[in-house]
Amino acid sequence: MGIELWMRENPMTYIWLGSYAVSMLVFAIEIVMVINRRKNTLNQIRMMRNSGDNE
Amino acid sequence: MAINWFKYSAPTTFYGLAGKLIPWFAVPAVILFAIGLYIGFAVAPIDATQGEYYRIIFIHVPASILSMFLYMIMAGYAALGLIFNTRLSAMMASAIAPTGALFAFISLWTGALWGKPTWGVWWLWDARMTSELILLFLYLGFIALHASIDDPRRADRASALLAIVGSVNVPIIYFSVKWWNTLHQGSTIKFTGTSMHVAMQQAMFTMFAACWLYAAAVVLMRVRSIILERERNTTWIAELPEVKR
Repeated sequence: MGIELWMRENPMTYIWLGSYAVSMLVFAIEIVMVINRRKNTLNQIRMMRNSGDNE
Repeated sequence: MAINWFKYSAPTTFYGLAGKLIPWFAVPAVILFAIGLYIGFAVAPIDATQGEYYRIIFIHVPASILSMFLYMIMAGYAALGLIFNTRLSAMMASAIAPTGALFAFISLWTGALWGKPTWGVWWLWDARMTSELILLFLYLGFIALHASIDDPRRADRASALLAIVGSVNVPIIYFSVKWWNTLHQGSTIKFTGTSMHVAMQQAMFTMFAACWLYAAAVVLMRVRSIILERERNTTWIAELPEVKR
């Protein structure tokens, strides 16, 4: 019951926090994950290349 | 001047092209998100029946449409990879899946948040909502199946089959409000016209364009990583400036 009362009294906060902030957070997490994946892959390839050079 | 499109179907040439295209999608996406949110919250009027809550549609509708479109594009790429055995098609399908899943999640999440004040419930086993939930599971199934097979080419083929079979669900989502008696409303914007206020339409279309551009940018970013992972033993990857650094 608490949340229903709160959402009726603060509709804009409910919309912003519930929908837009969550969506933006999802997008931000996705971007960070994609950037990290690229960084990790590049590091692995560099390590492979360096170990190949040392042999 | 004729462009040889087949040239870009090879990971070697597409890798560079994708890198050049990313800022052209990412920067307008940020600008359009800002414009869309401004129109949606500062310009668009309050809805007569739903009050402020209707403003959730500016993210809910684009996310829902994109979750369906991305699935069809993913299935299309998967089918191309399966039929013509093209490496890049399968990589594109793998790159699209997580973004599509996130849009399906946002669609369901924002739908629940809209449903509670409007219908009085977070969730209903309504045909539209259930079929959208199945879409999310299809995306997750595609990702899980692909990750569970060690050989990437076999993983591509197995997950492509799932993507192609699952594409049956997309028209079901779209027509569910027509085929069944659902609580979810039908399309407000039709080819014959709409009763929506102009500012509401502008906000929704701007957010839709922003979501499209965001999806394109993030998919291209991801496919570049996939190309690097799959082609890491080749000489052209070893010659890349970012690898030599």
